[in-house]
Amino acid sequence: MTNDTPLLEARGLTKRFPGVIANDQVDLVLHRGEILGLLGENGAGKSTLVKMLFGIHQPDEGEILLRGERITNDGPGESIARGISMVHQHFQLVPPLTVAENIVLGAEPVRGLRFDKGAANDRVREISERYGLTVEPTDVVEQLPVGLQQRVEILKALYRGAELLILDEPTAVLTPQETDELLAILRDLAATGVGIIFITHKLREVLDVTDRVTVLRRGKSVGTVATAEATSASLAELMVGRSVVLRVDKTAAEPSEPVLTTSELRVRDDRKRELVSGVDLEVRSGEILGIAGVEGNGQRELVEAVTGVRPIHAGHATIVGQRVAHDPRSVRELGVAYIPEDRERDGLVGVYSIADNLVLTSYHTAPFARTGVRQFPAIRQLATKLVERFDVRTPSIETPVSSLSGGNKQKVIVARELSVENQLVVASQPTRGVDVGSIEFIHQQLIDARDKGAAVLLVSAELDEIFALADRIAVIYEGRIVAELDPNTTSREEVGLYMAGGG
Amino acid sequence: MITLGRGLTLFTIVALTISYQIDDIQTTAVAARTVREAAPLILAGLCGLVSERSGIINIGIEGQMLLAAFCGFLGASYAVESMGSTPALLVGVLAAMAVAAVAGLFLAWTSIKLRMDQIIAGTVINIFAIGATSFFFAQGRTMPKVPNWSVPGLDEWPLVGRMLFDHGPFTYLAILVVAIVHVALFHTRWGLRTRAVGEHPSAADTVGVRIFRLRYVNLAIGGALAGLAGMALLQSASVFNRGMTNGKGFIALAVMIIGRWRPGGVLAAAVLFGFFNALQAQLQFKQAFDIPPQFFGMIPFVLTIAVLAAAGLSARPPAAVGQHYETE
Ligand SMILES: Nc1ncnc2c1ncn2[C@@H]1O[C@H](COP(=O)(O)OP(=O)(O)OP(=O)(O)O)[C@@H](O)[C@H]1O
Ligand SMILES: [Mg+2]
Repeated sequence: MTNDTPLLEARGLTKRFPGVIANDQVDLVLHRGEILGLLGENGAGKSTLVKMLFGIHQPDEGEILLRGERITNDGPGESIARGISMVHQHFQLVPPLTVAENIVLGAEPVRGLRFDKGAANDRVREISERYGLTVEPTDVVEQLPVGLQQRVEILKALYRGAELLILDEPTAVLTPQETDELLAILRDLAATGVGIIFITHKLREVLDVTDRVTVLRRGKSVGTVATAEATSASLAELMVGRSVVLRVDKTAAEPSEPVLTTSELRVRDDRKRELVSGVDLEVRSGEILGIAGVEGNGQRELVEAVTGVRPIHAGHATIVGQRVAHDPRSVRELGVAYIPEDRERDGLVGVYSIADNLVLTSYHTAPFARTGVRQFPAIRQLATKLVERFDVRTPSIETPVSSLSGGNKQKVIVARELSVENQLVVASQPTRGVDVGSIEFIHQQLIDARDKGAAVLLVSAELDEIFALADRIAVIYEGRIVAELDPNTTSREEVGLYMAGGG
Repeated sequence: MITLGRGLTLFTIVALTISYQIDDIQTTAVAARTVREAAPLILAGLCGLVSERSGIINIGIEGQMLLAAFCGFLGASYAVESMGSTPALLVGVLAAMAVAAVAGLFLAWTSIKLRMDQIIAGTVINIFAIGATSFFFAQGRTMPKVPNWSVPGLDEWPLVGRMLFDHGPFTYLAILVVAIVHVALFHTRWGLRTRAVGEHPSAADTVGVRIFRLRYVNLAIGGALAGLAGMALLQSASVFNRGMTNGKGFIALAVMIIGRWRPGGVLAAAVLFGFFNALQAQLQFKQAFDIPPQFFGMIPFVLTIAVLAAAGLSARPPAAVGQHYETE
């Protein structure tokens, strides 16, 4: 093996799923110490490609060479033994286990017959300090906010000390600061010779950290470019096949009467800690209120309280004059659309078809049901229409949602929620994991909803998104609204300062 | 949980003491019988626990126990013709554990390879066990009696002696196994992996845990425990009877649920059901009231339903239990 033998080389990889060719003759080369970006629209086949490299999927055709030697696909255990680690797009964490238990699972320190918990905690503390990814080893994973769970996922890969690290959208749930920290870690790792494959939808990150970029479009590799020679616009165009507007136009808001008001709202989490501590908000018809904040500052609880998913502890919220009760259906019936932050858990039923997921909130009403009997032609008609309009990439409307790519799952929720007219739209991280072309589309849908008179409550950890959409910005910090700002006169820096508790 | 456990223990001690003051003979009888009745439930409940913690529902415990009791009986009964009664009993134990473990492996295989519904597969085991044990059942055979191991000195103590130190080997074993399973589940690598596989198999799979192999192993271990449960039945009966499990395999599932899939919980719940059974037997025996004995016989089952309904409100089973795992 010579020095310029690539660390990893894939030749002509092809993978077919029923009704789709997820990967079609894809080639890919990765060198030691290199960070390779992998870009592509939702459903382009990025996850499928790296799952083949990691041994989860068996390629139908093609070969994989690791350090110049052909490897057969023997499952994740073998891949880890060969020095490959992967951070998965969807959390692979066992909720009731602790942080340390999750990190060491599969490679546990043992003393005699016993699993050495103390050693596991120490090892986790050690690498968490080394990489500046702070976690508490003894915390139970299911009680952590998603940002911290992502940190645990990354630590899982680092714990195994890989030579080849694959990260499938690791930044989707991270705050801007956390993302910067992660990118710095990746640079350091690459400097020590680790080869990294990095999947993201955020072009800024690609330009920031990668050396080369491979772009997939509808399962085919459409080219590899050196990052130094690329721009956001050129990458977006390569991905989508047309030029993309990276910023949607919108007119000034014309707010009229208030739709959602909260007064002295207090909400507790499952552990009875008060996470929303007296929030007064007003969202008017025809405006978008953007809530900016670092994840875990009460946004989730606030959103869950106003949508009736979580009980209100004190104070109250009203929607079009009606008090919000702890009853999601009655809240929805007031004309509320809700895009939850955790689509896997709260937004979709994985084993149901796309069509059934699209009528999840309306299956019991005409025209989808009559006298309690479901009307399949009407359901199919609606599903066909929405799948086309929202550009959900799927072989059919009968496909179970669980087999869709991450971004396409999000489009199914957005289609269901925004395809009918609403009084209030509550959107929590609506474009998480969505490709640039679709972000443009979803942003346009939110603005259209506003222009049709809906009040929009947008919660996002992406400042780009807040600035692109919000007519007013409220910054949440430790359960309180610490600032209300006008996007035309404030700056990213000012918002960032308030988000960090300064200001 | 700890405070609940302590509260229950305290309550039991107080109740026993008061009851002993009122009627020492009957209290002692019921207490001793409670522990004896609990033993097979503990072992069978742990069988369910070890299976479900790894993600496979085992409703075939009833059948596994029945097959185990049958084979254990035949094994000991034939072996004793050519050896002493203790080795013959050991042959019986091995036969019982082996047959129930094979039934466990069968359940794992139908679920993993054939992707069969686990409830149906468990029912197949139960029906097969009833059929096979009745068909091959021969009247008139005997097996060596399982000895009673009373602890000299300690068994003389009032109440506690008869209750805790005057039992057959399988009763002591049952309590020992609770401790072993507890340590194994919460303090060994196997336990960590078992819990991970039962909660989130793909998380375990993606870090290289061989989830199917683990499920086979767990179902075999669970089967061996059901085998011991079968022997615990023979310990009191000394002879195989048709349908001698009499629903205990199903009560064991209730025991597992009320015990919240934790070994200590299984112990407590099994003792509770053991107590219902003992009480019921004592009431029937005493003819205390002018009520048909069938009514008393019903008590454990009615209480099972009531306690289950209450416990079911808060019980949280392993998240992936009963689901097939897709590898592609
Ligand atoms: N297990 C599966 N069964 C059937 N089809 C699948 C499966 N996994 C992926 N697909 C299909 O393969 C295609 C590629 O999916 P993949 O998840 O690789 O996309 P992606 O590029 O990672 O998209 P995203 O950015 O949305 O995560 C999609 O059409 C998807 O529906
Ligand atoms: Mg993906």
